[in-house]
Amino acid sequence: MSVPVHIHNISKSYEKVEALKDINLEIKAGELFGFIGPDGAGKTSLFRILTGLILPRSGTASVGGLDVVNDFKKIRQITGYMPGRFSLYHDLTVAENLDFYASIFKTSLKENYDLIKDIYIQIEPFRKRKAGDLSGGMKQKLALSCALIHRPELLILDEPTTGVDAVSRKEFWELLNKMQQSGITILVSTPYMDEAALCNRVALMQNGKLLATDTPKNITKRYQGQIFALHTNKMHSLVIDLENTAAAAQVYRFGDSVHITSTSGNDESFRQIITASLEEKGHSAIQMIAQQAVIEDCFLALMDKNQTL
Amino acid sequence: MKQGGQIITVTDLVKKFGQFTANDKLNFSVKKGEIFGFLGANGAGKTTAIKILSGLSKPSSGTAIVAGFDVKKYPDKVKKNIGYMSQRFSLYDDMTVKENFRFYGGIYGMKRKEIKEKTALFLKKLDMEDYRNMLLKKIPLGWKQKLAFSVAILHNPKIVFLDEPTGGVDPITRRQFWELIYESASGGTTVFVTTHYMDEAEYCERVSIMSEGRIEAIGTPAQLKEKYQVKTMDEVFIKIAR
Repeated sequence: MSVPVHIHNISKSYEKVEALKDINLEIKAGELFGFIGPDGAGKTSLFRILTGLILPRSGTASVGGLDVVNDFKKIRQITGYMPGRFSLYHDLTVAENLDFYASIFKTSLKENYDLIKDIYIQIEPFRKRKAGDLSGGMKQKLALSCALIHRPELLILDEPTTGVDAVSRKEFWELLNKMQQSGITILVSTPYMDEAALCNRVALMQNGKLLATDTPKNITKRYQGQIFALHTNKMHSLVIDLENTAAAAQVYRFGDSVHITSTSGNDESFRQIITASLEEKGHSAIQMIAQQAVIEDCFLALMDKNQTL
Repeated sequence: MKQGGQIITVTDLVKKFGQFTANDKLNFSVKKGEIFGFLGANGAGKTTAIKILSGLSKPSSGTAIVAGFDVKKYPDKVKKNIGYMSQRFSLYDDMTVKENFRFYGGIYGMKRKEIKEKTALFLKKLDMEDYRNMLLKKIPLGWKQKLAFSVAILHNPKIVFLDEPTGGVDPITRRQFWELIYESASGGTTVFVTTHYMDEAEYCERVSIMSEGRIEAIGTPAQLKEKYQVKTMDEVFIKIAR
């Protein structure tokens, strides 16, 4: 069983700060939906509204037809929520944490064992250890088990991979894909742009606004212009040297290369202009490789560059 | 091994907590002015090593020379010569921008005038002069991290340790942060940085990758990609840490 989530004109402010600005979203039952954005984007506020922990200033939202304000108690019965900061009792053991969450929802580990089996067997050797003494990766797996123990129809995960290393992040996403196959709607937020590719659909978020909502593929397809990955013998000064070149738009470091975008449509002349300008500034071994946009390119292009406090 | 060329020299460093070996015979060195990426999975022993290198914790055996001082014998001298910032804790939320600068400058024994001048200089560079009297808690994370970095290098340390400085920071600010790192390194400050963003591993001149208390690989990003026959640092990391 899984449920759809509808969000209509949701806004939220804290004193003068507008955390969410008129958010509209339709999330289908069984979808793995990602909210991609940095700290302060509004991801946590939205999740708290959906779980009935805070009230929106305006707008409506529903989970499986249940209203987030009037039916929040019913929503909580069918929702598993893994908040970013706190969800485990550090002075309880692994087994005690699971029992505690199970008893809140009047169920038991046994009853829904098949759902959490894959995760649980990884933490089972530590079942007598206190949650506070677990490593980061293990804590995260225990928190996920606790969020799943009542077989929810909607799973909400707030930045489950923040501060987690690249290997554990991969393993966590493999688990999420398995969860999805057992028919749960999953909402997950992350500041890691590369994780967008692992979702069915994503919303790119910044400063309380949705910058784009679509499949990761469609978002990258809509990127305006042609991206080139640039390498030269002087990578350190490359960004500054390009910023002073009029033709180059969207100059950003991307790992071992620098991405620039040609918007003129004439990629060959763009190539020549950039090469000439860089040679003039003392660069050599200049390589320009045409490349498909990734989500981070799109996010950077969509971001409001003049963000103010 | 020439002195002067190296700012950190670690030899057979071991740290044990009871039966558990958190750092198992680490051997590596970092050059003056280098941007060194210190990578590893959660629980691999990075934090333990950083605590030793910054004079907060003593090695069980082996030596670490940081900025010319043995961390075991002269932890206070080590502390004076380094700067430190992390994602979890760096500045005080209930003090203003200016007060944070003054507080940290004072701790490092800087003169009032010097603190004032340098604060003005940094705020101008960050284009944040108008926010000097704002409480830290009102400032978005990305800006805060740029301020924290400036505070960490306020006393002109020989080395600055950055522990996951860009976690959760937006992609533009994350890149601006790295431009600050480059600028500081080109001025001669050594940068010792940890991150979970593998594109940032590429921005380092050399990286080491830890797994289960040991350094499993060390070299330039290009060397490591060559050695493991892969295209990105992400793949290198997964090969080593998995």
